[in-house]
Amino acid sequence: MLAASRDFMANARAGLANENLQRALGRARTGFPLRRHLAVERLPEFEELREAGRSIKDHTLEYLDFYLEHYESNVVASGGKVHWAGTPAEACAAVLQVCRSVGAKVVTKGKSMVAEEVGLNDFLDANGINPVETDLGEYIIQLRHEPPSHIIAPAIHLVKEQVADTFRAEHRSLDPDRSLVEPRQMCDEARAVLRPRFLAADVGITGANFLVAETGSSIIVTNEGNGDLTQTLPRVHIVMASIEKVVPTLEDAATLLRLLARSATGQEFSSYTTISTGPRRPGDLDGPEQYHVVLLDNGRSALLGGDFQDMLRCIRCAACMNHCPVYSAVGGHAYGWVYPGPMGAVLTPSLIGVEQAGHLPNASTFCGRCESVCPVKIPLPKMMRHWREREYARKLSPPVYRTGLALWAWVARRPALYHALTGLASRVLGWAGGYRGRFRSLPLANGWTKARDMPAPEGRTFHRLWTERSR
Amino acid sequence: MRVALFVTCLVDLFRPTVGFAAVKLLEEAGCTVEVPRAQTCCGQPAYNSGDRADAKAIAMQVFDAFAGYDHVVAPSGSCAGMLRLHYPELFADDPVNLARAQALAPHSWELSSFLVDVCGIEKVTAQWDRVVTYHDACSGLRELGIKSQPRQLLASVAGLRLKELPGAEVCCGFGGTFCVKYPEISDKMVTDKEADIVATGAEAVLSGDLGCLLNIAGKLFRHGRRIEVRHIAEVLAGVTADVAPIGLPRSG
Repeated sequence: MLAASRDFMANARAGLANENLQRALGRARTGFPLRRHLAVERLPEFEELREAGRSIKDHTLEYLDFYLEHYESNVVASGGKVHWAGTPAEACAAVLQVCRSVGAKVVTKGKSMVAEEVGLNDFLDANGINPVETDLGEYIIQLRHEPPSHIIAPAIHLVKEQVADTFRAEHRSLDPDRSLVEPRQMCDEARAVLRPRFLAADVGITGANFLVAETGSSIIVTNEGNGDLTQTLPRVHIVMASIEKVVPTLEDAATLLRLLARSATGQEFSSYTTISTGPRRPGDLDGPEQYHVVLLDNGRSALLGGDFQDMLRCIRCAACMNHCPVYSAVGGHAYGWVYPGPMGAVLTPSLIGVEQAGHLPNASTFCGRCESVCPVKIPLPKMMRHWREREYARKLSPPVYRTGLALWAWVARRPALYHALTGLASRVLGWAGGYRGRFRSLPLANGWTKARDMPAPEGRTFHRLWTERSR
Repeated sequence: MRVALFVTCLVDLFRPTVGFAAVKLLEEAGCTVEVPRAQTCCGQPAYNSGDRADAKAIAMQVFDAFAGYDHVVAPSGSCAGMLRLHYPELFADDPVNLARAQALAPHSWELSSFLVDVCGIEKVTAQWDRVVTYHDACSGLRELGIKSQPRQLLASVAGLRLKELPGAEVCCGFGGTFCVKYPEISDKMVTDKEADIVATGAEAVLSGDLGCLLNIAGKLFRHGRRIEVRHIAEVLAGVTADVAPIGLPRSG
C-alpha cells in the first residue's frame, strides 16, 4: 500500500473537519473502552493473563528462528507449503503463482492486514484476478475504494447512511426502492450478494491471528463466519501472515486468544475461532485441496534485538487505538498507511521508514492510555520516544522546533540566567495580561491562542517571591 | 523530614501560589521545606522531543540541586514521573549517573501522593463551598498510580462536593509541546474535555498538573464558560481567597 503518512497534518485536518467521521468516532470513543472495561472486570486474573501473554511472546521472539522452522516442518508434515517472503513483492508473487497454478479467476478474502500491507488487492486486480473481500467492513471499503481505517473494524470511519448509499450505488441489480435503514438490512444484503461469490471462488485467502509451531496450524478469529467460508469452500486456501504471528503451542495460543477478544471488542471469545491444519485429508468432509502459507518478513526480523523488538509482541487487538485520544480525534486514515493509532505510530516507521512516517510517533501526548490497556504490555510511548530520538539525531524534526528547543535547553542549564529571564517574562506577561487575567492572542503562541485563551502569569515567579520571603 | 520542593517550571512562571500552597501543606504535615535555588525544569520537553543530551544535562543539574534531602516533592505528577521513572531510563547506559538517578527516584513524589502515602495525612483543614469535578492528569494517573489520594484529601475539605468527571482519565490534549506542534488535534481533545466538564454541572474543575489546567482554563474561557479552574493544592491548602482562579484577573 502506498503511504500517505507524510501528509499526517493535512490528513488530520481533513479528519477533524469530516462530520460523518466525527459522528462515527464519537460512538467508538466510548463504546470500545466501556466494553473492554466490563470484560476485564469480569475476569479477576486479567492482569496475570497479560503477564503470561507478554512472556509467551517474549519467549517466542527470543527463539523466533527455531519456532518458524518448527512451524514450517509441521505445515509440510500436514501436507501444506510455506512460502517465505522477504518483501511485499515476494509475498504478492507467491500468491499470484499459486493462483495461476490453479487458473484462479475469483479469490475470496478474509480480513488480513498483511494483505493490506503488501497491497495484494491492487496487485491481483492488475493481474486479472478478482479479489472479493468477505469481512463486512472490508467489503464495504472495497466497494468504496478506501483503505481500512482501523485494524479490526476497517469501516469504522463510516456511518450507516454512507454504507446504505454505497450499497445502492454498487448493488445495481437490486430494487432501488428497497429499505436500507437498519444495519441488519445491510448485513443481510451483503450476505446475499457475497454468497454466490463464496461458491464461485477458486482460491480463499485469509490472514492469521496466530500460527502454532507444534501443529503447523493457523488460527483466525471472526465474528461473521466469513473466514470459515473463505477457507473451506475454495479448492485452495492461502494463509497470509507475518513472521511474528507464530507461537509455540496451542496452549499458548489459547492464552493469547483469551486476551485478544477481551482487549479488542470486550467479548470473552470471538464468535468464530477457526484452526486450520493443512489441506483436506482422506475422509475429511470438507476443506481445501491445497494449503499454502505466505510468511512475510518485510523488515520485522531487523527489529529483533533492537529498541523496537517489543513491538513484535503485538497481537493486533486494536485496544491501543480504541483508547487513543489522538486516534479518536482524527481517525485512522490520518495515519496514512495500514496501521493507525499508537501501534501504527511505532510500527509504521519501522516498516516504511521514519523519513516517511516521522509525524506518527510525534502526534502523541504520551498520555499512556495505550500502554495501560495493551494485552501484551508493549511500552508504546517509550518506543515512540525512541523514534523521536532517532529523528532528532538525524535532524529530521522541523528546524524551528529544534532551534527553539536548543535555545530553551541552553537557558534551562543556566539557573541564574533562567531565573532572570523567567522573572522578566513573568513580569511582562503578568502586567500585560493582568487586567483580563488571560490573553486572547499572544505573539509566538498562535498555535495555542487560535483555539483557546492563554491564562496570564500572576506576575512574579515563585523563586523571586520565595527569595523575598526568606530575607 | 527535610523536603525539597521541586517547584516545576510552569508553577514558577505562571502560578507561584501553587508552590506556596504546596509549602503550606508540607509544613502542616510536619516537613521542613527548602527550595533549592539551582532548579529550573525537569527536562521533559527535551526528553520527549528526542533530545537526550540536553535531557541528561538537565537531569544531572537536578541531581546536584536535590542531593541530600529526605524527599523531593513536586506539585505535578508529570514532573514527579520524570524524576521517578524516566531519569533511571535516561541513564540506563551510564552506571555513575544511573546510581544517582536510582537514588533520587524512590524519594521523588507528587504532592498529593506524598501527603497521603508518605506523611499519612488523612484530612486537611480547608473549607471551600463548591461543587467540583476532578481531572486525572495522565502522568500522575498512569505512571504513578495516583487516583485515590487527591480524592481522599478533597473529601475532607469542608463544604466541597466532588462530582466525578466522565472520561476523567482521558487526556485533555495538553501534552507539553504536543499542544503547539499539533494544535488542531489538541483543540479537539480539549473541546471534548470541556464538554465533559460542562456536563457535570460542577462550579469548579481541579487537577494536579498546571499544564492541563492552563489548557482547560484557556478553552473554558474561549467559550465563555464560568467554571473556576484551580490546582488542587490551592484548595487543599485553603488559599483560594488569596488568588483568583486561573485565567481571571488578580482583583477579581
